[in-house]
Amino acid sequence: MEKLMMKGSEAIAEAAVRAGCRLFFGYPITPQNEIPEYMSRRLFEVGGQFVQAESEVAASNMIYGAAAVGARVMTSSSSPGISLKQEGLSYCAGSELPVVVVNIMRGGPGLGGIQPSQSDYWQSTKPGHGDWHPLVLAPSTIQEAADLVMDAFDLADEYRNPVMILGYGLIGQMMEPVAFREYQPREFDKSWTTCGCKGRPPNIVNSLYLDPNILEEHNHAIFQKYERMKREEVRFETFRMDDARFCLAAYGTVARICKTAIAQLRDEGIKVGLIRPITLFPFPEAVFREARVRWILDIEMSMGQMIEDVRLAVRGRTPVHFYGRVGGVVPTPDEIVRKVREMYKEGVK
Amino acid sequence: MTSSTGGSMPEKQPFKQVFGYPRGLTERPTHYCPGCMHGVAHRLVAETLDELGIRERTVGISPVGCAVLAYNYFNCDMVEASHGRAPAVATGIKRARPDLYCFTYQGDGDLASIGMAEIIHAANRGESFTVIFYNNAIYGMTGGQMAPTTLVGMRTTTSPGGRDPLQKGAGYPICMAELLNTLEGPFYIARQSLLSSREIIRAKRCVKKAFQLQPRGFTFVELVGTCPTNWGMAPIESRRWASENMLPQFPVGVFRDREKEGDA
Amino acid sequence: MQYEVVFAGFGGQGVMLIGQLLANAAMMQGKEACWMPSYGPEMRGGTANCTVVVSDEPIGSPVVPAPGAAVVMNRPSMDKFEPMLKPGGLLVVNSSLIDRKASRTDIDVIYVDANHLAEHTIKSPRSANMVALGAYIGRTNAATPEIVKEAMAKKMTNKARFLPANKAALDLGISVSREQE
Repeated sequence: MEKLMMKGSEAIAEAAVRAGCRLFFGYPITPQNEIPEYMSRRLFEVGGQFVQAESEVAASNMIYGAAAVGARVMTSSSSPGISLKQEGLSYCAGSELPVVVVNIMRGGPGLGGIQPSQSDYWQSTKPGHGDWHPLVLAPSTIQEAADLVMDAFDLADEYRNPVMILGYGLIGQMMEPVAFREYQPREFDKSWTTCGCKGRPPNIVNSLYLDPNILEEHNHAIFQKYERMKREEVRFETFRMDDARFCLAAYGTVARICKTAIAQLRDEGIKVGLIRPITLFPFPEAVFREARVRWILDIEMSMGQMIEDVRLAVRGRTPVHFYGRVGGVVPTPDEIVRKVREMYKEGVK
Repeated sequence: MTSSTGGSMPEKQPFKQVFGYPRGLTERPTHYCPGCMHGVAHRLVAETLDELGIRERTVGISPVGCAVLAYNYFNCDMVEASHGRAPAVATGIKRARPDLYCFTYQGDGDLASIGMAEIIHAANRGESFTVIFYNNAIYGMTGGQMAPTTLVGMRTTTSPGGRDPLQKGAGYPICMAELLNTLEGPFYIARQSLLSSREIIRAKRCVKKAFQLQPRGFTFVELVGTCPTNWGMAPIESRRWASENMLPQFPVGVFRDREKEGDA
Repeated sequence: MQYEVVFAGFGGQGVMLIGQLLANAAMMQGKEACWMPSYGPEMRGGTANCTVVVSDEPIGSPVVPAPGAAVVMNRPSMDKFEPMLKPGGLLVVNSSLIDRKASRTDIDVIYVDANHLAEHTIKSPRSANMVALGAYIGRTNAATPEIVKEAMAKKMTNKARFLPANKAALDLGISVSREQE
């Protein structure tokens, strides 16, 4: 496979096209503009359509429409824009529509900043209104981003549910070598789509259920899909956990920074490993629960969001500590080394 | 309204059917209030789907508002949109499947308030779908609040003393057909009323025209109707009131017809 | 072996491009490579910079607080990145536009009159960035000159007519850095 040096945003866009995505609806916001820019050139080359929507709200409803007629469709945005897209995404979840959405996070709250941040863990894994989750995939390299985008479209179709790719400036703006795998198209049932009712009774794509009993049933049906995701789709990476006495928990590029720190700490004789969730929903609970370590240090570019899921996973059996940088400040390997060294010396339990 | 039910009648029958239930509607009873004209507007769309033979190639989009359950009444594939976003949903549908016909069915709160951005930009892009805009100057479903098309002085539950643009800063009625007519994008823009049989026949012509012209671009038909329940009037009285008060604010006519302009 | 280098200068000096060339060349040489730009308003008018990491192993942190090298094309970049360098690191200074000497004594410094050489020797004023890149790869083994030239030919297809000048500028930079060894 030929390797190409690509920006993360462009690799994400190209992977989508190679996975059969022919429609993109988006709205400019830094730091993800390279995705709509790339799509605006690329999609017309392959007979697709690109619309620069009037707002994120509109874009999230355009993907709803395109998914309703069975198209592979994607949108992308960054944190404040994802807040606006929550409307359409909730309707997609309620109407069981397969869509892929890319969130290149930035700092908040409010307008926040544009530098790398993981402050959308909550609004990604535990999103807008209603009982629902997207399946959330968090790549740590550009290669993984490209691979996960291809998987995202299949997962969206498999579960008829939104799938989110969660990155930030480090993933979106960075360039690394990428080799696109040959995408193998799979067949999915599309008999539910609203493409004209020739030869059958009309189909309805809808999330309105005025009868409480029926809505309750619908909620249970959606959550059965999430239970299946928890059984079948959990992904994570472990790094030097075999003999680890201490464990770092981090996702995305932060996990790579942790690996650099771990190499140094191991040289000092501190046996520390890493668990990197790749699916943030469904969260890899078992691997955390089963880790036989003295403590877990959760490291995020947020005030501590994923840590709630780590704590729920270990059910109080393992102490979970936190180290975070926010506002767009990226933690360095050195500061992680210092933090772990400190905890080690103080005998933190 | 003289429509047939399509080719289902055997030939050489002694009686000729001159009026029937359109295939474009399901047989489900609607939830609309007595005297409401949503049913009439639905029927005009349904007859059009039958007459143009496009029912099985059409996707309708129902709004949020009184017509939220329209997906139960139109006998074609239907998609329920979030409040005001029907034009965005239609954009997604038509960009994915330009071979289909697509219409949005929206009320005044949905289209002219929360969905203003979506309608303006879809019109401006010239997206090829048809908008059926039912304007009765009030929020019906939520219980009679002020709409963007509420007339000056008109009482609603949120303008209890009458809509007051000056003292209370409640703004003026927005005329959507005229507003959209300032854009280059739309192909066809018309406004008609549903207040008498004669008016309904004229409205039907425009609805049909809008669907016929849909493959060529954005087509928009505003239908001025009533809301007896929330206006607090009997059906007949509400029609008279609408004739006298709504029509001067919302004059009927064809505002844009690019096909005719092309012929000229 | 891991190389980390920051390329920094005014927007328009082509620092992002030489960073990408190095990253591409490293990839073509079968190494791991990562290019990380600064982005956002700081790109408008101020300094632009990118960090390139080249390694034989999968790259951990793409963020490098203390890089092994910096190529600085203007004074603000020198002021910003000189203090950040690892002890024993390498600083390539564009002496055409930077009127001061390095203040640290624990680093290697190459002074290269990049703009002047590009304008008067190469007759291609816009190739100053390539002279500077040459000075960097002349001193390190992050990528071979041949591969960098290959990367140039691949990456700059729409600017093919500048290719000979850019290659000459790269060679000139390499020889300048070797003279100062």
